[in-house]
Amino acid sequence: MNPAALDRRSFLRLSAFAGGGLILALSLRRVAFAEEGVANASHGLVDGDFMPDAFVRIAPDGTVTIISARPEIGQGIKTSLPMLVAEELGVDWRAVKVVSAPLDPAEYGNQSAGGSTSTPQSYLPMRRAGAIARTMLVQAAAQTWGVPASECTAEDGVVRDRSSGRTLTYGELAAKAAELPVPDPDTVVLKDPSQFRLLGSRIGGVDNPKVVTGQPLFGIDQKLPGMLYAVYTRCPVFGGRVRGANLAQVRALPGVKDAFIQNETFGGLNGLVPGVAILADSTWSAISARKQLRVDWEEGPHAGDSWAGFTAQAQKLAGGSDFELVREYGDPDAAMKGAAHALEAAYSYPFISHFDLEPQNTTVSIEAGRVLVLAPTQNPEAVRRDVARLLGVDDGQVEVTITRSGGGFGRRLDADPAIEAAAIARRAGAPVKLTWTREDDMQHDHFRPAGFHFMRGGVDAQGRLSVWMQRHVGFNTHYFPGGTDYPSRFAPAFRLEVAGLSQNIPQGPWRAPRSNTHAWVVGSFLDELAHAAGRDPLAFNLEVLGTRDIVRDPGPRGDPYNAARMRQVVRVAAEKAGWGRKLPRGRGMGLGYYYSHRGYIAEVATVTVSKDGDLKVDRVVAAVDVGSQIVNLSGAESQVQGSIIDGLGAAWYQALNIEKGAVVDGNLDTYAMIRMPDAPRDIEIHWVKTDYPPTGLGEPALPPLAPAVANAIFAATGKRIRKFPFTSTDLSWS
Amino acid sequence: MSSYTLLINGQSHRVEAAPDTPLLWVLRDHLGLVGTKFGCGIGQCGACTVHLNGTPARACLTPVATAAGMRMKVTTIEGLSPDGTHPLQRAWCELDVPQCGYCQAGQLMTAAALLASNPHPSDEDIDDAMAGNLCRCATYVRIRAGIHRAAELAHGKEAAS
Repeated sequence: MNPAALDRRSFLRLSAFAGGGLILALSLRRVAFAEEGVANASHGLVDGDFMPDAFVRIAPDGTVTIISARPEIGQGIKTSLPMLVAEELGVDWRAVKVVSAPLDPAEYGNQSAGGSTSTPQSYLPMRRAGAIARTMLVQAAAQTWGVPASECTAEDGVVRDRSSGRTLTYGELAAKAAELPVPDPDTVVLKDPSQFRLLGSRIGGVDNPKVVTGQPLFGIDQKLPGMLYAVYTRCPVFGGRVRGANLAQVRALPGVKDAFIQNETFGGLNGLVPGVAILADSTWSAISARKQLRVDWEEGPHAGDSWAGFTAQAQKLAGGSDFELVREYGDPDAAMKGAAHALEAAYSYPFISHFDLEPQNTTVSIEAGRVLVLAPTQNPEAVRRDVARLLGVDDGQVEVTITRSGGGFGRRLDADPAIEAAAIARRAGAPVKLTWTREDDMQHDHFRPAGFHFMRGGVDAQGRLSVWMQRHVGFNTHYFPGGTDYPSRFAPAFRLEVAGLSQNIPQGPWRAPRSNTHAWVVGSFLDELAHAAGRDPLAFNLEVLGTRDIVRDPGPRGDPYNAARMRQVVRVAAEKAGWGRKLPRGRGMGLGYYYSHRGYIAEVATVTVSKDGDLKVDRVVAAVDVGSQIVNLSGAESQVQGSIIDGLGAAWYQALNIEKGAVVDGNLDTYAMIRMPDAPRDIEIHWVKTDYPPTGLGEPALPPLAPAVANAIFAATGKRIRKFPFTSTDLSWS
Repeated sequence: MSSYTLLINGQSHRVEAAPDTPLLWVLRDHLGLVGTKFGCGIGQCGACTVHLNGTPARACLTPVATAAGMRMKVTTIEGLSPDGTHPLQRAWCELDVPQCGYCQAGQLMTAAALLASNPHPSDEDIDDAMAGNLCRCATYVRIRAGIHRAAELAHGKEAAS
């Protein structure tokens, strides 16, 4: 071990690209890390290893280990972020071992996975982490040979002296490199992208071999010695509490170790809510005993809430004056009066579940003031913070192992399963694995917000969009459309107003929050206006996108909207899809496009609708602009394919009903999800590379899908879908 | 509580469990074979698919008493191949099928039964056979491609197409 390592510990602050505005702390201390899936692994370091920064470690035998610090939830960052390091380090990818880090943001910077931020926040810092190591290895070789570093090249784990042809492997250089000062990350020279060998190629997920052989990777697979298995029954009506339960009867059931009422709350509706815990010797004993549990709930004031009631309230609000003005410009009332064609339409979408296939779960051990949390989470810092606060201990006493997650989609940004598990473990006196059943997961999800949009719009005598007026009635102000959301700034006259309904439904970010529904409302109503004007929707939308390249607001408000990038992807998608081709009745083509999560994406769907109204999505062509560089072509393509099918499934099938204050649907017997037969066979992706920093793909390919398909259905049948799920609209035609 | 002898992946296991305990939880909690996943508990998502005498079955709906029946051979993802080289496992890695990976054990077990009975399935055959297996990440395009690729690998076509 390098004795100087800790002495020169310093926390350099690396600025990522200016657009993201992110500062990532990159500590240069040698770090410890846990082996995959093993809690509380050895934190020892092997002597002689070279570890110049938190993300790279090279052993004297040449083993290259790259540390993955962010949660893997299916978005592929455990593969793609280490690729950034490996590219600059100059190693053969097949020689790289990737291991997951425990939670330690002082070492690794931001360790959350959400908002498609991992790629934009990591693109430069991870490359620099690799370049630092490469620079030091080159320097070590140059010193050994007594030649200038500029005479040496580094690739495939070998430094070569250009003039003599001598070589030294990274393993041979590790000990010497470990004695050198670490260069300032801002001064290390990064590769020119034209020299990339790894980035942009197709690399399979590093854990695929473990996935296909059923190895324990996920949170639900974890086990601690002496662990008890817990289930937790929450009040079906949000905000309710427990009056009493038949605990004595439940405690006497086979395998049950304890059952108790937990009425403490922490963190509001999205945190710890009251309920009854059952602890048993196996998951099944706990689930089985729960069937005998009878709880007397104090349901509170929301026991009369229903989806039908919310719908009626929204419709009543729609024509009134109880709205808050978000933004207005131009003179929308005058423009409506002067419109050659004026339209009104009401759009709505229900609450839906995240439906992470791995139900929520967390394993917690509390022993001698030390708390160990094994969590499938997108937000390990929130897990630590909330568990520490609940238990009244310091953050430093809570150790979090981030397991692989069986899906995230935003649900695992909230820490409630970990808080619950900690509250139960505190009383259990033994380690506890809390597992949510599917019914728990669906009925106590933090739902994709529902909403209602009352639209008015007009086109002028030349068939151009002249006015846009939108009234939104929703449930959570955080997900209301904002004053810079498209087509704000593009419609000549504009007004956006919002009003809120019940705030008693737990809601949260669901893949491409807000955009996932707003893109459909906006894209569909623009399509309605195009047809009202007798215009081709492609030409109409390109005209709305205008001729300016960058559309800014006066002052700091909102992201600048790069209309040039959007027009380009719209044109590419349309051209590749064969837009304008004459299709027989029952077949149609539709356009969707939306900017979200820094990505500019357009999709053209081709559908067939039978006379009986059966829908088939034949083909989706996507044009994707996420900047200058695709990191992992395989992962990027998979994210776009998955987002398209996920977007289709959410729009086509998913809806949760609410009656008597509770979610009615609990499982797949009544809640439909898209299956393979409905997944389009033909998904074509065109990467439109532009000279902008690379950005993420977990989310932005989803929003354009619903308007593309809905508009294609209209083109095929003349039926306009104004309601999610699509199944609630009769698509039959004659 | 009763005592059962289960033949899983060629090995005999003795477990104590209530007769109605689903095979899923015996595998996961009693035996530590956690490759078989809990998704819905009502046989609708397919994440818990195993083979009983070569036929796909939902472990969440199969009582341990049934699985322990005479001559019943249970195969789980851990036993699909001795070393992860079943053509489907190779195809899944070659085409990078998984995203989160949680459903893939069930997908592979269903697909393995399909290929055993239909070595060269069409897209329609695949859609029909796989409709009971949910993939929340929607890797359906690659699952289809992976099954076609496995069919090739099983018949000696090694070069990537």
